[in-house]
Amino acid sequence: MEKSLSWREFIITRLIQASGYSAILFVGLIFFFLLREGLPALSEVDASSLLNIRWYPLESHVGILPLISGSLVVTLGAALIAVPFGIGTAVYISEIAPRWMREILKPLVELLGGLPSVVLGFLGILVLAPFLRVFLNLPTGLTALTGSLLLGGIAVPTVVSVAEDALDSVPRAYREGAWALGATKWQTIWRVTLPAAKSGVLTAVMLGVGRAIGETMTVMMVTGNAPVLATGLGSLFSPVRTMTATIAAEMGEVANGSTHYHVLFFIGMVLFIISLVVNIIASSVVFRAKKRAERILS
Amino acid sequence: MMTKFLSRNRHTVQRLGFIAITMVVIVTIIPIIGTIVFILVKGGSAISLEFLSGFPHDGMRAGGILPAIIGTLYLTLGTAVFSVPLGIAAAIYLSEYAKDNQVTRLIRLAIINLAGIPSVVYGLFGLGLFVLFLKFGTSILAASLTLSIMTLPVIISTAEEALRAVPQSFRTVSISLGATRWQTISRIILKEALPGILTGVILGLERAAGETAPILFTGAAFFLPRLPHSVFDATMALPYHLFVISTQVPEMPIQIQYGTALVLLVFVLTMNVIATVIRSRARARRQW
Amino acid sequence: MVDKIIIENLSLQYSDGTESLRNVSMGIRQNAVTVLFGPAGGGKSTLLRCLNRLNDLTEVKASSGRILIDGENILDPKTDVIALRRKVGMVFARPVPLPMSIRENIIYGLELAGEKRKSKLDEAVERSLKLSAVWDEVKDRLNDPAVALSGGQQQRVCLARVLALQPEIILLDEPTSGLDPISTGKVEGALLELKKEFTVILVPHSVQQAARTADHAAFFLTGELIEYGDGKTLFTNPKQKKTEDYIMGRFG
Repeated sequence: MEKSLSWREFIITRLIQASGYSAILFVGLIFFFLLREGLPALSEVDASSLLNIRWYPLESHVGILPLISGSLVVTLGAALIAVPFGIGTAVYISEIAPRWMREILKPLVELLGGLPSVVLGFLGILVLAPFLRVFLNLPTGLTALTGSLLLGGIAVPTVVSVAEDALDSVPRAYREGAWALGATKWQTIWRVTLPAAKSGVLTAVMLGVGRAIGETMTVMMVTGNAPVLATGLGSLFSPVRTMTATIAAEMGEVANGSTHYHVLFFIGMVLFIISLVVNIIASSVVFRAKKRAERILS
Repeated sequence: MMTKFLSRNRHTVQRLGFIAITMVVIVTIIPIIGTIVFILVKGGSAISLEFLSGFPHDGMRAGGILPAIIGTLYLTLGTAVFSVPLGIAAAIYLSEYAKDNQVTRLIRLAIINLAGIPSVVYGLFGLGLFVLFLKFGTSILAASLTLSIMTLPVIISTAEEALRAVPQSFRTVSISLGATRWQTISRIILKEALPGILTGVILGLERAAGETAPILFTGAAFFLPRLPHSVFDATMALPYHLFVISTQVPEMPIQIQYGTALVLLVFVLTMNVIATVIRSRARARRQW
Repeated sequence: MVDKIIIENLSLQYSDGTESLRNVSMGIRQNAVTVLFGPAGGGKSTLLRCLNRLNDLTEVKASSGRILIDGENILDPKTDVIALRRKVGMVFARPVPLPMSIRENIIYGLELAGEKRKSKLDEAVERSLKLSAVWDEVKDRLNDPAVALSGGQQQRVCLARVLALQPEIILLDEPTSGLDPISTGKVEGALLELKKEFTVILVPHSVQQAARTADHAAFFLTGELIEYGDGKTLFTNPKQKKTEDYIMGRFG
């Protein structure tokens, strides 16, 4: 009996270990399949046409610059919204709100994170876009700005939860020290707590932006889907098309193995690398912050 | 005199600051509540037994959304089948077995990255691996597998947190009484961490249930006149259906759109509320 | 009298550089209370945790030497540690009732060992709770959660949980540190009963407790065994200056 017990233990331990390692396997698999289907694009079209400013695959114009610029404009707009609102809400929840308020706000913000992006896109089409069209007197309400507003909302929960964690982990003694020196609560927040939580807040912003770049359905539904090169702030008020929306909109219609198909995978590869870079930087910021905290404590 | 002025000044600044930040919070919160209430109100009148239990007809401009509801249930369950055991096992590894070394750091980095990969990229991956390479076709199986991998990081990180919250002393005592590591985990640690794990699982599945992009090319069907028969069939799904009827079908009655959004919202919110309730009840009952 | 345990040249270092042992050699008598005492960080707990291989859970940088129990070297990698831990039971400083009922706590180890017969389990519950002098207080609420008991009761239930496995050696790591004097007295009383049947090794939480309970006493300082001998002699007439200073309370 003891023998079979130790065998069971051995097998279970191995299974658990394999499950732990599977995360690495999946990231590897994802990258591999994106490369496998995306790299042929480079041999089928040369680099200069990929960097062209026209996206019209039906006539073999596969310049991805308009898509990248579209993603940038929408994401930038989203960040302009998500950063102040996200950090403001995080500061309020962690530093100002009374306990009962915190218990209401936290689940509510989490709820926003759980709202399906199609529902937001749906409301964007029906409510936000018509409103913006009339309010800003635009030819169409389906613009980069509409996408930015909604994406900002989608990124807010990410920013709030990470930033709030960072603020929460600032030792209470810091605040008490500042109060003891006669600082107001407000001064303490700006001059002590937020600077102390700087790296965590930065991580929050990066992860929020990462979330916004990768968001698909909402932007596809509300940004008008016009692949034109964004050149300035004015593009916020005209239709654009992002990398994610392009993949989602066109992958369903292309023939497997065609150039168009490979280019779409190539765009996916670019998105994957962007998210990889964002997350590695964000997590190394957290790592460094942790080490510094350990030094302080020891 | 001067200090008095300064002190009044900085308290004014504080008051203004607090007002500003409260406004920020209000502007953040109102759209959340507004969205939910708006859809509940607008969609409420579309809900009927026929809407919930009937098939769509007249090019989806009439009838019900049963196949989409059932499809989302199937996809959520399918996702659970793969991601729950794998995610919990991975969390157990990280919390109970992993040493603090390079490999473990790599695993953590991989999990963080999985959490950050755009959902549409998961769709591409699912298409490349499950639909084409493994030849599952556009199917519930391929879509569930794709959603599983996307859900994994949520489940792993929340479950690991829940496992780590169980006091270390339980482990030491159990081992000292002659238990093996696995006996300790299965008899004590898992039981104590269960509410936290469950919360993570539901939040992960909630995300899977509401996603559209990963299933676009892996398992979602535009329209099916019948329910799927096997895991190799494609399926309708609520989020994709909402996308289709709000962008792809001209002259779609607005009522059906709001009704579909409402059903999806209720589906997702119910999971969210259940998760929140489990978490707060477990916190209240916990004895350590 | 024979030596139940023989420790030979035992040295050990943790990876994080905390507490260590340096070349400790000693024999531990059967059916007696052996007390390991000295200031914190001296290596007493480390030594206890070597005796049931609980140190396997901690990151140990280097260890050498041998520990013979009944003539077998338990530090040998081939040792069946599960069987060892059943033979060498341990009670910790803070009572840690597992999150289950009193009864389930007591039979936890037995069930793991494969005992399924209800009569045997019931018998073990009663016997071990009586041995640890807590039976009268808990016999009517065996199915209540163990955490609901008072600290002193919890600690005696934890002792009973160890006794249920019918070990040969019992390790106690400051078992009364969190308890009031009355509960402490009850636990100490139980110990004196126990030594008739078991080999007891106690890390006391004070010099007074050491003096009260010791048949044999060993004084540890920064990982070294300074003095070891008969309890009465050591506390009334220590040979080493360091031991005397510590007992007299000149450092702590």
